[in-house]
Amino acid sequence: MIFHHPPLLHTSLGFFVLNYQFDWSVVTSGKYFDWLVSGLITTLKLSCISIVLAFILGLVIAIMRMSHSRPIRWIAHAYLEFYRNTPLLVQIFFWYFGSYKILPAVINDWLVSTNFEFAAGVIALTIYTSAFIAEDIRSGILSIPKEQMEAARSAGFSYLRSMQYIILPQAVRITIPPLVNQFLNLAKNSSLAMTIGVMEMTYQARQVESYTFKGFEAFTAATVVYLVLSIVITSLVNLYNEKVLNLHKAA
Amino acid sequence: MITFKGVHKWFKTLHVLNDINLHVTPGEVLVVCGPSGSGKSTLIRTINQLEPINQGELIVDGINLSDKKADINKLRAEIGFVFQQFNLYPHLSVINNITLAPIKIRKTPRAEAEKQAMALLERVGLAEKRDAYPLQLSGGQQQRVAIARGLAMKPRIMLFDEPTSALDPEMIGEVLAVMKDLALSGMTMVVVTHEMGFAREVAHRVVFMDHGAILEEAPPNEFFGNPKHERAQQFLRQLLTPMQCECP
Repeated sequence: MIFHHPPLLHTSLGFFVLNYQFDWSVVTSGKYFDWLVSGLITTLKLSCISIVLAFILGLVIAIMRMSHSRPIRWIAHAYLEFYRNTPLLVQIFFWYFGSYKILPAVINDWLVSTNFEFAAGVIALTIYTSAFIAEDIRSGILSIPKEQMEAARSAGFSYLRSMQYIILPQAVRITIPPLVNQFLNLAKNSSLAMTIGVMEMTYQARQVESYTFKGFEAFTAATVVYLVLSIVITSLVNLYNEKVLNLHKAA
Repeated sequence: MITFKGVHKWFKTLHVLNDINLHVTPGEVLVVCGPSGSGKSTLIRTINQLEPINQGELIVDGINLSDKKADINKLRAEIGFVFQQFNLYPHLSVINNITLAPIKIRKTPRAEAEKQAMALLERVGLAEKRDAYPLQLSGGQQQRVAIARGLAMKPRIMLFDEPTSALDPEMIGEVLAVMKDLALSGMTMVVVTHEMGFAREVAHRVVFMDHGAILEEAPPNEFFGNPKHERAQQFLRQLLTPMQCECP
């Protein structure tokens, strides 16, 4: 039936015809390219600092969670539930808009004069991620047979020294793949820091879009960067699994 | 060296140690035997306080374990413990398994700790395995490394909790040979085992346990030749001729 009305077909097709002019040079060279690169560097900085701090904090929380003292266990548990069950964006806003209000004016002024967006981003991402990491580490520790602790204690190591020399080195080895997952989540979550003005990858892509109206190119570039970052890291983990974890398995 | 005075222990309502009185003198080799569930593993684990006791008095190397001020970590460093499942540290090579405690606890310099570890590995016949990882070794080899690890702390007492029960039959001999050599060197040893040949040949005294109590305590000749308690007689019959066990 349609073929009897060619003009109608033409107009309706015209509705779908692409009249958008792709211009990839916007994101592959020049000023806007530099913006994106600086965004990537900020994203990497934000992610790397946060993951290191989150790991240390997560380790402390995991050990507190397994403490013999009930109040310490309870505090760790409350921490986990609180930060895992509230949205990251709210936490970011809390640290950036909320936290400093209760600090003395001197500190307040100092914070404003420094790069407080970045610091607030690090704090929020660290605390949020540490809750997940703590659970990963805890399940890593629980997967080590209790006989390992008995052997260490029998040799004369205290509880904490046994953890340090015998339990944690084994637990962390097992925990590295889930930890890398947390790092990838963190790197992706770090894009939320744009909402408080951290000039990271997504923020810069948005900037490029604002200046050039090349939204498709700008966000495609951002997407590709996140994707490549994730794939590279995932491949490294797979390599680690093959080479290192299997080393200790039976010959 | 080790003295139990009226020791009791309960797991919830289960009476696992029932009025244990026992004295081990320096240089003595004591073998503890009995059916499974008789409390022999619990008994040996109380000596280095892997299991705390509920009642009575336990004095090890001059230290009363009920004393709140007793430094239990320090005492444990003086006691070697060999487990049924070896429990080597899988993330460390053989040499590092042996030197970890001497370096970290005794503060022995690494070079010296390694020299001593190599001497121990020679003694248990595994010098060429110094850089292997535990899971690359057979069960018998792992247990010999575990013994070397215990000895590296120069302990005053060695405890063995069924050291050959998890081994394939052809590997039992190599472990028992190391233990016998150790016994002959004058080490104070408490050994939980079903290896009656070892008990007969090496032990100075044999203790028979059942239901958490010590039923018989005698030199091996007497224990194997003329067991007094009826449960001990039955146990030995079953152990020596398992196919003809008169099952209840």
